[in-house]
Amino acid sequence: MKIKILRSQTNTHQEYTLPDGETTLLKALTHIKATQDATLTFSAGCRASVCGTCAVRVNGREKLSCAYKVQDGDIIEPLQYHPVLRDLKVDKQPAKKTLSTSTAWLHSFQEAAQNHADEKMSERQTDCILCDSCYSACPVLAVNPDFIGPFALTRAYRYSVDKREENVKGIIDNIQSNGVWDCTLCGECTAVCPKGIDPKMDITMLRSTSVQQGYEDPSFSQMSFGTPDFGGGGFGF
Amino acid sequence: MVDILVIGSGGAGLSAALTAKQEGASVLVVGKSYPTTSQTSMAQGGMNAALGNVEEDHIASHIADTIKSAHGICDENMVRKMCADGPQVIEWLEQLGVPFSRLDNGQSGISSVAQRQMGGASAKRACYAQDYTGLKILHTLYDNCLKEGIDFLEEHYLLNLITHEGTIKGATFLDIRSGEVVKIDAKSVVIATGGFGALYHGYTTNAYGSTGDGIAAVLRAGGAVSDMEFIQFHPTALKHSSLLISEAARGEGGYLLNSDGERFVDEIKPRDIVARAIFEQFEAGQEVFLDVRHLGETKLMELLPQEVELCRLHEGVNPVTELVPIKPVAHYTMGGIDVDDVLEVNGIKGCFAVGECSNAKIHGANRLGGNSLLEITAFGKFAGENAYKHAMFAKSTPADDTQLQKDKAHIEKIYSQECSINFYEERDKLGKLFYDQVGIVRENDKLEHALHEVITMQVALSKMGIEDQATTHNQNLIEFLEFSNALLLAPTVISSAIARDESRGAHFKRGFECEDDERFQKHIVLQWNKDAQ
Repeated sequence: MKIKILRSQTNTHQEYTLPDGETTLLKALTHIKATQDATLTFSAGCRASVCGTCAVRVNGREKLSCAYKVQDGDIIEPLQYHPVLRDLKVDKQPAKKTLSTSTAWLHSFQEAAQNHADEKMSERQTDCILCDSCYSACPVLAVNPDFIGPFALTRAYRYSVDKREENVKGIIDNIQSNGVWDCTLCGECTAVCPKGIDPKMDITMLRSTSVQQGYEDPSFSQMSFGTPDFGGGGFGF
Repeated sequence: MVDILVIGSGGAGLSAALTAKQEGASVLVVGKSYPTTSQTSMAQGGMNAALGNVEEDHIASHIADTIKSAHGICDENMVRKMCADGPQVIEWLEQLGVPFSRLDNGQSGISSVAQRQMGGASAKRACYAQDYTGLKILHTLYDNCLKEGIDFLEEHYLLNLITHEGTIKGATFLDIRSGEVVKIDAKSVVIATGGFGALYHGYTTNAYGSTGDGIAAVLRAGGAVSDMEFIQFHPTALKHSSLLISEAARGEGGYLLNSDGERFVDEIKPRDIVARAIFEQFEAGQEVFLDVRHLGETKLMELLPQEVELCRLHEGVNPVTELVPIKPVAHYTMGGIDVDDVLEVNGIKGCFAVGECSNAKIHGANRLGGNSLLEITAFGKFAGENAYKHAMFAKSTPADDTQLQKDKAHIEKIYSQECSINFYEERDKLGKLFYDQVGIVRENDKLEHALHEVITMQVALSKMGIEDQATTHNQNLIEFLEFSNALLLAPTVISSAIARDESRGAHFKRGFECEDDERFQKHIVLQWNKDAQ
């Protein structure tokens, strides 16, 4: 079995041969590093899909290397929109900054009665392991590097629906700029999440809460309803 | 110079950092990876606190269960403190926003937190968040650290502690990104670097990075370690990948079956007993399986979604309809840095240790499931408070550069070291050696042999250099340093196991099957004799 890995120093895909048999990508990478090429650099931790360290792109799609079974001909590359530090290892710092920007935490605690149904309100969202797959898959980041991005918004949503949060507006205020309205709702984040989280839906819900809190879609306010405009950008038709 | 340097950014480190920050200290958290990637994320089953939300429970029962599980070698005062702190710590986590699983009991606050039974507990005492308890606590702690503006330094690998006249002055680190050796000056240090289960490479539920770096640094700095022979084997790891299937699977009613389809042990006995029972089945030529089929798909997906997925992915079985092949593997290291009753390291003033790297003597010879998450949060807070108290009166003159220069020279030497033996192969060998000969059932002959093998490896270490000569982002170098630490800790585990001619908790020795209180109801403490060096 052969796979190709993008090496940062040469910016070319290097081919490696693996022993036949079913194996996870992480095991394959570890095998290569231990027996063929000690310079191949990647990040890994728990091996059990829960620490979020080992996300990479396989054939253009984000995967946790500990949870992906390697196939002949796979092309392995680092996550997008993160500075590549070396080979498959990227700098997750810029993406993590979005957690601070979005102030995704409890702003003001109040004691609340909670039941099983309340737990379910954010159960899926709190499964997030911060692997950054959704961030890497988000096309908005290609045009707007300041976009808060999917996982930070999912986390903001998590706290916004928590009955223990007394100040939901505090969270909502901080995700207006480069936040909920900048998402194109393409759903790429949802498609790649290894934990089955749906950031697209979370963002939609946050938009709705934003409206309840008095915000409106900024692109909506720029639209003109005075005269019919069928587009065409001035070329007319 | 920071007031408090926290080394390690898992649950213990973040709890200490948050508490110290709230006290008013300047805090810097340094870790070799990112905060949310720590071993804490892997804790699944729950966190003990005698809330009595599901059935009658008392702090006294929690204390009694913990002492019983420790087999006579815990510090009862420390156990009392931890167990008594339990409900308050749940309250603290509740206020930080931890998404605990809930009961439909119409209550508010922590009275609605769901609780489940774990092995060795006399009541349903473990608070949980599905089977992602550690992950959800860790991430909530991290969110709160961001809220408090706590400074983090990621990708810094701990090299050595800096001490002056027996008092901590800071630590040296290898900045993994730049390859520079740096010194960080601090008035107090909290070591929260986790356990050393990765010694059992390939036979552990632990992450690759659980290599005991902090414990090794303490040994080198003249501090003491204790109870190193007590290593908990988790009964139910997946047979082929060693990945953990939470004890909650048995707590919720899962069975253990052998190849003949027979049950052979009471599944909710403490982990040491269940692990040994499984080992005996192996010796009798049987395989062992976890059977959760009778729980039904709905309940399984509700309570153990993560496990169901891991079984499908790594073992190729569907637990809803099939048996899950399992084996016991190394899971938790009870011993570690020897600390006193304020968690200060025995031998280094102003240096505190907390969590799995530390031996606060609450787990004794065997840890109860659900007590580790309680320890890291309850004692993490305690360590943060005590480190702050020390920092208030500590001198603010930084240490000189002696240690920094030494460490720079050491790293340079590794680059030029002979590389005729592949240390990755040795790492695999060490893991198997430990599982086979320093494992669930021990014998003096095998332990002696293992010690001999480890010493041979230590001698050969000078021939196991690194192939990757890059100065920046050199993961090859980091793994070499981790392996060196594992080799430093390995003899402490084996020597303590040889010295303990009895069976107690997780330490079981053939030929000495009973507890011998007269000779061994004590801790085996090891420290380097500096005068002899």
